[in-house]
Amino acid sequence: MPLITNSKTRTEYDVIVVGSGAAGGMTAYALAQEGVKVLMLEAGRNYDPVTETPMFQLPKDAPLRGAPTPDKPFGFYDATIDGGWQVPGEPYTNAAGGNFMWWRTRMLGGRTNHWGRISLRMGPYDFKPRSRDGLGLDWPMNYEDVAPYYDRVESLIGVYGTNEGLENTPDSSPGVLQPPPKPRGYELLVKKGCSPLKVPVIPAHIAILTRKQDYLTLPGRLHPNNPKAAATLAAEMKKRMACFWATACGRGCSIKANFQSTTVLLPPAIATGNLDIITDAMVREVTIDKSGKATGVHYIDKETRRDRHVKAKIVVLAASGCESARILLNSKSTLFSNGLGNSSGKVGRYLMDTVGAKVIGQIPALENCPPNNDDGASSIHMYTPWWKYKEQAAGKLNFARGYHIEFSGGRRMPAPGIFDGLEAQTGGAYGRKLKEEARRYFGSFITFAGRGEMIPNDDCYCEIDPNVVDQWGIPVLRFHWKWSDQETNQAAHMHKTFAEIIESMGGKTTSPVETDGRKAIYRPGEIIHEVGTTCIGADPKTSVLNQWSQSWDVKNLFVTDGGPFVSNADKNPTLSIMALAWRSADHIMASMKKGDL
Amino acid sequence: MSTPENKMGRREALKWMAGAGAAGAFAPATLAQKVENAGTPTRSATDPNLVKAVLDWKGVLAESELKILTALCDLILPKDDKSPSASQAGVPAFINEWVSAIYPIQQADKLVVRGGLAWLNTESLRRNGKDFVDLTEAEKTGICDDIAYLPKAKPEFAFGALFFAKVRDLTSTGFYTSEIGMKDIGYIGNVPLPKFDGPSPEVLKHMGLA
Repeated sequence: MPLITNSKTRTEYDVIVVGSGAAGGMTAYALAQEGVKVLMLEAGRNYDPVTETPMFQLPKDAPLRGAPTPDKPFGFYDATIDGGWQVPGEPYTNAAGGNFMWWRTRMLGGRTNHWGRISLRMGPYDFKPRSRDGLGLDWPMNYEDVAPYYDRVESLIGVYGTNEGLENTPDSSPGVLQPPPKPRGYELLVKKGCSPLKVPVIPAHIAILTRKQDYLTLPGRLHPNNPKAAATLAAEMKKRMACFWATACGRGCSIKANFQSTTVLLPPAIATGNLDIITDAMVREVTIDKSGKATGVHYIDKETRRDRHVKAKIVVLAASGCESARILLNSKSTLFSNGLGNSSGKVGRYLMDTVGAKVIGQIPALENCPPNNDDGASSIHMYTPWWKYKEQAAGKLNFARGYHIEFSGGRRMPAPGIFDGLEAQTGGAYGRKLKEEARRYFGSFITFAGRGEMIPNDDCYCEIDPNVVDQWGIPVLRFHWKWSDQETNQAAHMHKTFAEIIESMGGKTTSPVETDGRKAIYRPGEIIHEVGTTCIGADPKTSVLNQWSQSWDVKNLFVTDGGPFVSNADKNPTLSIMALAWRSADHIMASMKKGDL
Repeated sequence: MSTPENKMGRREALKWMAGAGAAGAFAPATLAQKVENAGTPTRSATDPNLVKAVLDWKGVLAESELKILTALCDLILPKDDKSPSASQAGVPAFINEWVSAIYPIQQADKLVVRGGLAWLNTESLRRNGKDFVDLTEAEKTGICDDIAYLPKAKPEFAFGALFFAKVRDLTSTGFYTSEIGMKDIGYIGNVPLPKFDGPSPEVLKHMGLA
């Protein structure tokens, strides 16, 4: 039993947390800091970013120069372990006509080790979309209910950005955000090109430290009534360094400058002495007693391939949206023949991803640029928030929800395929001419990527596939998917807009510009923002969880990952997952004190 | 600012590259056996050691193929006053590594590259009565000009053009992901900096933003 903490496992815990990523890490942090005894189960292996991150390794140091392969689909240096679009021995299936892609990883910290660090708050509209335009579902709480937790999470993990006071693009409280890095050259050029189109370009909000966190005062503010928790956090916060403007965040970060559960949440949680972690523990079922209360979970110990059972007063699933739904659907009993917490029949329903589409442009003003270090914070420094709320409200667009734009470019570290397609620019140049053309074109391409809101619909869901189990004997998920016109129309609008921006910059598009959104849109799941499947709501008949992400049917059972989402705004979900997880953890502790759980 | 582990990783990788250059192919699996990962479980293709990468497959290209490939790579990216040639940057060994991998994309590329190398030599014999590697620069260029760009190639050179485009892309990847190539095009990142200054005044002026 590979425990990464020193203490022996207890016979019973207050809380079992399934998963160690954004949701599990945040839940465990919040609980352990307040003295709650937590057992965390992680399906993947232990992972140490300090010793395992390839910080300065070059393409030449990697097989195939680090090119993506089926084994490492985001490239050799991507932090993802035993995962990607497929996990060895752990399949999933698609119903006829479906093509959902499910990115998973099997490592401590989950996908927080490689994620894009884009940390945008959902705004007031995003919590009440149905009230606003009649589509989709409302959340049972308001932005104002969650805002304090956004402040807390941003302060804890460190997020750079600015407060711009834009519509449905919330400001953080004063002193919460870190200063953004200066824009890169190409980002300034995009801003200039966007200006006549009235497309805003502002600093992005990214979970990367641009300066060392104030470990002397921040912990006290985050834990005002708990000096011990503040001291524990301070000791770990002190170990994080500010970004040194090199190496890609997707590799992880050995100096702890960006947010990973494994560098930011788990170290202080472990330091409290209240958190035990078992890795290589694949949870298959939540167990219940005769009264229908959760008693613990069964898991497969991957090393011995034996079934184990652990007990706790409360069970929190934080295994990622679809994985938590899978556990619930596989937790069948005479009391819950339809799967646990599924009296509404909604477990697995309202699966969403983000709408993605991109256009690449070649910009002559960037040709033959003098050498400049564009590495920066690895992630984007600038972005475009959704800017057409008024047109939408006036019915001028054929889709109801917004998207933001991420631009990537600059003179970044050459990667495999760097000059694929240059023959079209150069008419097939080779020889000395090709060398000159490479110097001319390096850094002159910009990719405009849209990330837009999908509206939940009845055709997108997951269920148990009765014909397939994984290598641990656990029945797997089968996905169903169908985009609506809302998403495909939005994707077509992205392409049109990006082409306009590229033209405004004096450039040319070098990838197809589609008028048919079905051709423009990425595959479902491909943006890796899958949320929904254990929906939150105000009515037990139509939702799985209440506003505290607590099961309506089983009151000591919670789901704190992306599963509760009932809308998937264009704001990348990780930050919101953490804010909601912390809010749930506070509710758990308040309920424990009252004796409700 | 790299950790000792990282530095070791770089040194191991340099040795690996040195072995690759000397052998005319890339390093055999013996190095892989020496490099171990501390503190983590068994390694696999989906959980490789990222800090000290190893290559666990052998090159499939024959000596004769590598000679043609080397000549072609150096025609695509020759030495000039700013940087060495493709072969001096280890490109043929990289392409051998690439086409020898087990993955579908690389397997497909293997067919194009191997078939193309043989096609190129056949074309050379047909035109000049000599192997490609024995041609003069002008004779080599004579063939390559016919296959340099698919949209302009005659129908009978369609495969040749596809092959040439593939090798040009792979040569560019091999060259510009090497330190020699990075220096050539002026990639100056991957170094820790105390602060990020954004574009220099010179760059801003170049972009028309000054």
